[in-house]
Amino acid sequence: MIELKNICKAFNHGRDNEFHALNGIDLHLPAQRVTAFRGPSGSGKTTLLSIVGCLSRPTSGRVRLKDRDISGLPERFLTDIRRQTFGFIFQQFNLIKGLSAIENVMLPAYPLGGDWRALRESAERLLGDLRLSHRREAKVEWLSGGEQQRVAIARALINDPEIVVADEPTANLDTALAMEFMGILEKLSNTGKTVILTSHDPLVVESSIVHRVVDMRDGRIVPPHQ
Amino acid sequence: MKLWIEKQKYLIDFTLSSLARRKAKNVGLLLVYTLIVFLLASVMLFTHALRHEAAHVLDGAPEVVLQRMVAGRHDLIPPGTLERVGRIRGVQKKEGRLWGYYYDPVVKANYTFMAPSNESISSGTLVVGAGLARARGLAVGNAISFRSYSGKLFGFTIARILAQESELVSADLVLMSEDDFRGFFEIAPGYFTDIALSVVNPQEVRNVATKLSLQFPDSRPILRDEILRTYESIFNWREGIVLALASLSILAFAIFAWEKASGLSAEEKREIGILKAIGWETGDVIKMKFWEGALVSLAAFLIGYVAAYLHVFHFSSSLFAPVLKGWAVLYPRFELNPVIDGFQVATLFFFTVFPYAAATLVPIWRAAITDPDSVMRG
Repeated sequence: MIELKNICKAFNHGRDNEFHALNGIDLHLPAQRVTAFRGPSGSGKTTLLSIVGCLSRPTSGRVRLKDRDISGLPERFLTDIRRQTFGFIFQQFNLIKGLSAIENVMLPAYPLGGDWRALRESAERLLGDLRLSHRREAKVEWLSGGEQQRVAIARALINDPEIVVADEPTANLDTALAMEFMGILEKLSNTGKTVILTSHDPLVVESSIVHRVVDMRDGRIVPPHQ
Repeated sequence: MKLWIEKQKYLIDFTLSSLARRKAKNVGLLLVYTLIVFLLASVMLFTHALRHEAAHVLDGAPEVVLQRMVAGRHDLIPPGTLERVGRIRGVQKKEGRLWGYYYDPVVKANYTFMAPSNESISSGTLVVGAGLARARGLAVGNAISFRSYSGKLFGFTIARILAQESELVSADLVLMSEDDFRGFFEIAPGYFTDIALSVVNPQEVRNVATKLSLQFPDSRPILRDEILRTYESIFNWREGIVLALASLSILAFAIFAWEKASGLSAEEKREIGILKAIGWETGDVIKMKFWEGALVSLAAFLIGYVAAYLHVFHFSSSLFAPVLKGWAVLYPRFELNPVIDGFQVATLFFFTVFPYAAATLVPIWRAAITDPDSVMRG
């Protein structure tokens, strides 16, 4: 589904403090599978995830999504792909304070301009699936950590994306909530979603739900035998 | 098209909820902004209406007034001059006028005494302006006496009080018969205060004035256009004083607005990052934020302008009328006729709404073009 060829990503390009977060990544991510990038802090897993999710462009190399080269596309087209194909769950949840849970869930669909009633119904259904119906009108800052993450998951799914991208999804959760998240992940996988995540939480990367773990260090993929 | 409309509805919806979320900041901004528009609009509306009013009043004034000068001071027109003036080509109508000033120690105010030519007032009666009637508590039929400059006491009865519509120019006016006027000021028959002239052809007014200057070297002709120009410059000057004072508050507002508009808070920057990451285009974010600024400034403009309109035309500009109307003791009390100048409205709009909306755009654009992965990197 996603093909990465010789991906490099440099920050502060051309300056004294130039720094290479990724160095020649080659990777194939198949559809309908759960793949985890594992590695210590600074290994480049979040940078790789942001390139896979069209949040940023590589400095060099090619990204192919469903056999289409998207690495050179202008920002506008990348945004469109991001909106239609990906759903994001961020480490800090990144919900917008002051808005209710359901408003946060509906946000990614606003630029699509669909019917408001239908959008609200699907947001309610998603919140119901994640056992949050009773909290839908609550402002997100009033929700617990676990509830906030479930709102973030519902928001990631509102445009019915094929691929769900999650950055360190259990980093801010206790064991019980992390287990609950893995349950949701399994359901997503069972419904045919492709899931790509970063984590160094053993509970995630050693789980049977994760089909493949890609180890990373110093901006490179570490072969499994090392 | 339907999708586009729906999208705009979502954008507006989100914009309004964004405004509501930062209630304290936006309400504060709206209040200060409204106050500034109110001040500026009040000054503009007031002076414009006043100028309009003055021009309207002067419409009926004579084209040329001839005054005699002695040692650089205004003096009485001697007998015979009126007839000589009438013989000048182009003069359609001539009229010797009698008017003068009188200081009333009772209310410590100056009145303008006049013997009108177009109205017959019976001897021993007066027609007075509404401002004077108010100050002296006069009603029709009341008696009033004035001591003349020679020390003699003159008694009069009030025959009529002038209508309020003309109060801008008639607040301190006292009309009396010619005989009473001459008696009161001890002006011999044949003498006049000045001469008012009508000219047949408006193009000829300056020529007539030149002929008058040549024929009567001791006199000066005053043209209606010059009076209009003097009024204009007086009002402009007064408007300038108020605007100079207002400019201080405008400057304070400019700094305040610039600070609010040009700097995005960390929270706002974070929000823009989130919106971009979840699939909002840079253009959507800019549009949404632009509407936020535009709504605040538009609302402030409308509220401020309507409040200024009510202040000027319904509450007689109570806040700064004393500065703008003049220093007379008898302040005219009158309702100005609502006059709005489209160019003034456009100028005010351009200098208030436009800079604010523009100031909001630069930082938003800067924040909106940052890579959406900044959200991931926290």
